[in-house]
Amino acid sequence: MTTTLTEPAAERLSPAELAAAHGLTVSGARPSLPEYVRQLWSRRHFVTAFATARMAATYSTAKLGQVWHLVTPLLNALVYYFIFGIIMKASHGVPDYVPFLITGVFVWDFIGSSVNAGTRAIHSNIGLVRALHFPRASLPISTVVQLFQQLMVTMAALAILLLTFGQLPTPSWLLAVPTLALMAVFAAGCAMVMARIGSKMPDVSQLMPFVLRTWMYSSGVMWSIDQMLANDAFPHWVSVALKMNPAAVYIDLMRFSLIDTFPAHALPPHVWAVAAGWALLAGVGGFIFFWKAEEAYGRG
Amino acid sequence: MADTRVPTVIADDVHVVYKVHGAGKGRGSATAALSRIFSRGKAEKGVREVHAVRGVSFTAHKGEAIGLIGSNGSGKSTLLKAVAGLQPVAAGKVYSHGQPSLLGVNAALMNDLTGERNVILGGLAMGMTKQQIRERYQEIVDFSGINEKGDFISLPMRTYSSGMGARLRFSIAAAKDHDVLMIDEALATGDAAFQRRSQKRIEELRATAGTVFLVSHSLSTVRETCDRAIWLERGELRMDGPVGEVCDAYEAFTNA
Repeated sequence: MTTTLTEPAAERLSPAELAAAHGLTVSGARPSLPEYVRQLWSRRHFVTAFATARMAATYSTAKLGQVWHLVTPLLNALVYYFIFGIIMKASHGVPDYVPFLITGVFVWDFIGSSVNAGTRAIHSNIGLVRALHFPRASLPISTVVQLFQQLMVTMAALAILLLTFGQLPTPSWLLAVPTLALMAVFAAGCAMVMARIGSKMPDVSQLMPFVLRTWMYSSGVMWSIDQMLANDAFPHWVSVALKMNPAAVYIDLMRFSLIDTFPAHALPPHVWAVAAGWALLAGVGGFIFFWKAEEAYGRG
Repeated sequence: MADTRVPTVIADDVHVVYKVHGAGKGRGSATAALSRIFSRGKAEKGVREVHAVRGVSFTAHKGEAIGLIGSNGSGKSTLLKAVAGLQPVAAGKVYSHGQPSLLGVNAALMNDLTGERNVILGGLAMGMTKQQIRERYQEIVDFSGINEKGDFISLPMRTYSSGMGARLRFSIAAAKDHDVLMIDEALATGDAAFQRRSQKRIEELRATAGTVFLVSHSLSTVRETCDRAIWLERGELRMDGPVGEVCDAYEAFTNA
């Protein structure tokens, strides 16, 4: 064993000085931002494995098993079609209402679920947080990865539905790819923001269903914001403001990519810049916001 | 005697406080909950603080195996978590060499998944690379003895007996090498053959790790495995010294 200190000095050293003399660091301290990104990157396999594992575990006790990943969103769309399409006639003036509605429901499902599950990401995995070391951002991100995998399954169903409704694949379908990418970054950012808030105040998760429902109804999931506000006395800027809402932006971009009859003038101005802006703001802002409290997760 | 040993963990006046919500009076009625919300500005009612660790200081050195003893609820596991940096401390500081790790992956495993997938998931959760897991996979499965009675590793973990589950969890957790290793009651699982195997594995881990902490209620285990013991009572450090002395004093205390 090596002696690095003489006796009298060692006697007088405070714990902090002793720690410094031997190169010990504070346990559980927050790493710097670049270091944090590096750690997170080295855990990428854990993030995806954790997401895939939860995806696989979701319906593992159901008789039909993984089929539910596909059936659940379709049933959801069916319910909305029945209420909004048939009873409330929101389909009025919207060509290809069924593809319009289903695209809206599926995309919203991803954004809404990301925010909702993100709120619980830390809180419901508190055992994991208190047992193992890993960048905590892995949890909200893996939640969004899981939901994104789910979205991929439903998008495949959507493509089949579109073909059944006579939408032939066009080059504009390729626009779905950047839309999905921007949407995923946006959702991950929101999930990280909500994960930090939810870990501090678990009560927030009780409020989320109400917040999310309000958000959903104002995002034009079941109706066209353009159609609804065109005839009314609302000034133009109200319609634009509603369309700037990130959920509405991503939903309408997806519709624009996939549905021929969805008009370009229904999109807000500079729509790609807006979509990228929201993704950047939520992604970077959410990540930094989450990292700021890294050492405090698991308290309480 | 001169202190020539190299410290690996220094705990300096560590306090850990748990906040428990909804433990106060008036729980259950909505009006009480409302009044709790509105009285937030003053003292937080309905939140009780549990002071689990009260000002514990010690220095652990390289090559030591330290047993943490004390009655139930004396703060042993909480102290371990604080040292590992997993449970934030309310006051004081913990300094450590490298990253102390807790031997436990239970929380990362999923009962609905097969044992096979859980080995991979648990390994990734502990920070092993895919390559390392592939190399050690067979070792882990063999060590756990899960496949001794048929091909159980490809069945979901919920079909395992509690003993089998515990064995697999320990096997996954023990697959990684650590700088500072903390073991919380891990030895008490499995049948006699498995316990012998795990004793041996812990010895190996001790040899590779700088310092080992062991929380156990079995004093004989602590005497066998450790050379130093820390006795906690009500969150306070009651005694810290050679394992024989501390265990004797603890035994005298509990039998009194």
